[in-house]
Amino acid sequence: MSQDTLFDKVWDLHKVSNLPGGSDQIFIGLHLIHEVTSPQAFGALKDKNLKVKFPNRTVATVDHIVPTDNQSRPFKDNLAEQMIETLENNCLQNKIKFFNIGSGNQGIVHVVAPELGLTQPGMTIACGDSHTSTHGAFGAIAFGIGTSQVRDVLATQTIAMNKLKVRQIWCDNKLSNGVYAKDLVLHIINELGVKAGVGFAYEFAGPAIDELSMEERMTICNMSIEGGARCGYINPDENTFNYIKNKLCAPKYEHWDKALLWWKSLKSDENSIYDDVFKLDASKVEPTVTWGITPGQSIGINQQIPLLDDLPPSDQFVAEEAYEYMGFKPGQSIKDIPIDVCFIGSCTNGRISDLRVAAKVIKDKKVSKKVKAFVVPGSEKVASEAKKEGIDKIFKDSGFQWREPGCSMCLAMNSDKLTGNQISASSSNRNFKGRQGSPSGRTLLMSPAMVAAAAINGKVSDVREFINK
Amino acid sequence: MKSEFTSPIGKISQINGECISLIGNDIDTDRIIPARFLKCINFESLGESVFEDDRKTLKGRHPFDLEENKNASILIVNSNFGCGSSREHAPQALMRWGIKAIIGESFADIFYSNCIAIGIPCFTLPKESVQHIQKYNNNKRLFLNIDLKNSLAKSKDANFHLEIKDSSKKMFLSGEWDATSTLLENENLIEKKYNNLPYLKFNTHFL
Repeated sequence: MSQDTLFDKVWDLHKVSNLPGGSDQIFIGLHLIHEVTSPQAFGALKDKNLKVKFPNRTVATVDHIVPTDNQSRPFKDNLAEQMIETLENNCLQNKIKFFNIGSGNQGIVHVVAPELGLTQPGMTIACGDSHTSTHGAFGAIAFGIGTSQVRDVLATQTIAMNKLKVRQIWCDNKLSNGVYAKDLVLHIINELGVKAGVGFAYEFAGPAIDELSMEERMTICNMSIEGGARCGYINPDENTFNYIKNKLCAPKYEHWDKALLWWKSLKSDENSIYDDVFKLDASKVEPTVTWGITPGQSIGINQQIPLLDDLPPSDQFVAEEAYEYMGFKPGQSIKDIPIDVCFIGSCTNGRISDLRVAAKVIKDKKVSKKVKAFVVPGSEKVASEAKKEGIDKIFKDSGFQWREPGCSMCLAMNSDKLTGNQISASSSNRNFKGRQGSPSGRTLLMSPAMVAAAAINGKVSDVREFINK
Repeated sequence: MKSEFTSPIGKISQINGECISLIGNDIDTDRIIPARFLKCINFESLGESVFEDDRKTLKGRHPFDLEENKNASILIVNSNFGCGSSREHAPQALMRWGIKAIIGESFADIFYSNCIAIGIPCFTLPKESVQHIQKYNNNKRLFLNIDLKNSLAKSKDANFHLEIKDSSKKMFLSGEWDATSTLLENENLIEKKYNNLPYLKFNTHFL
């Protein structure tokens, strides 16, 4: 009887050859590109006098550099304008489908591909972006690649890669009220550490994962890379199929039935052999907030920033660096730390369900006068759905700014940045030093609902105090 | 910052150079090259911006600013170096500053494969050995001759047995790290795979 994981099955299906060096040549079923990591790849292709091998297997959008206030062209920022023009030209010259601003389908690449139905179970998906792991939520094997590998995918539709090991992360029970996928994944990264996933794909499974919506599953898989795993996935189920059905690029009519039959055959075998298994009780997870400079440095909302001696020796070095950079004291409560900027958005938490949850918290309340708060929808589709539901109005009435779709202050490649040592409450994925555009800016990662709560109180707050009333 | 930069090309079997130590765990790619420098359509000018924010904070005391390191080419780092984003701009910036090889306790996955793809071998050593080198390098210049075939780093005073994945080693020794042409050799197999993937059959109207 077969004992293969979904990862094994998809990997083997896409293996083209054993390369002389010992790594595998893997076919990439879907290649996603954006303006930041592709220009040099197209340049290299030209230098080598090569063509894009399967232009119909690459899809482009623009996300990292787009302004979220005024999107009229040319962009005010010359460099940003140059980047979008380069992408436009590269797509035109190579016959690559490009979802540009105003197409109705532009947005963060990891929000756009699933909502178009491009992301499907059993595919290999690569993109020059580490959060490509997001697409694993559909039972695809998806990972980030660098620009030289983008070049290789364009030229050959394959890359050279070593097969990963698989760690199953089994989440028992279910998340309690006011606790979200973001809290769960921050908790997992804290438990396992930021480098435990190196060399592994993470398979998220168990009752708590089964219960999650596709958007919540994307949040979990999205942050696999923050735990060191370049790939994270969840076995496809009815949730997955229902989400894909009727999407623009989903298989239709008789093709749908064929697809469904094949997708159902993909999940990990019951007695799959894993290289490692980690179990946790999801019902014990609290609303979680990061206090340091790596996504692994997080605590429950009612906990205190750990003392140096309470940490394993291997974590102490970075903890000391974090205390100093963040200006927080060991033993200090995370709750009530004052916040300057609130950001809701990103490929982690910029989807419609994220905005719905945050809007529910903020409805009929006001953003604290001390706080600058803004929402950046993950895509044009998310934005239009939000407008249809009146969510944009709820945010605007409360004092949030409502912006145009893009990556925005997750990595601050546009003009949305922290200044000085401001502290942000952010629904994004990285709290690295300088990540949000100021070399001394400080980021506290949390769920969108927790960001909404922080916006109201002007300080880190327990969202359960709002929703359980 | 070295004046002339040439990309590595072909087989790589020997790397000789002075060491530069950078102490710290989980040094992420945002620190190696902050996102604002990703606003470019080529990699050429990245070398001068490597570690820009860390260097500004340390006002000239950052290892990449110290006069004695200006000719160094072998970077010595600690654990989980290069974690975070997939930006190849990070190893490109290091390479364009002058780094030709990296020795560390451990590396993040995508950073490691990006280094291979541009011709920078990354070696691992146990924590104690890395710290030993960093400590030594703190006071004195350390010149290493790295022999990739035998995974050996020799200095005047000591030898280190470096660890490197077999597949990576083979790729450097054969020149296969520059992967495109090797991948293209299997063009027939690629076509065959394309024609046989189940989902390409039911995605006929795809786009």
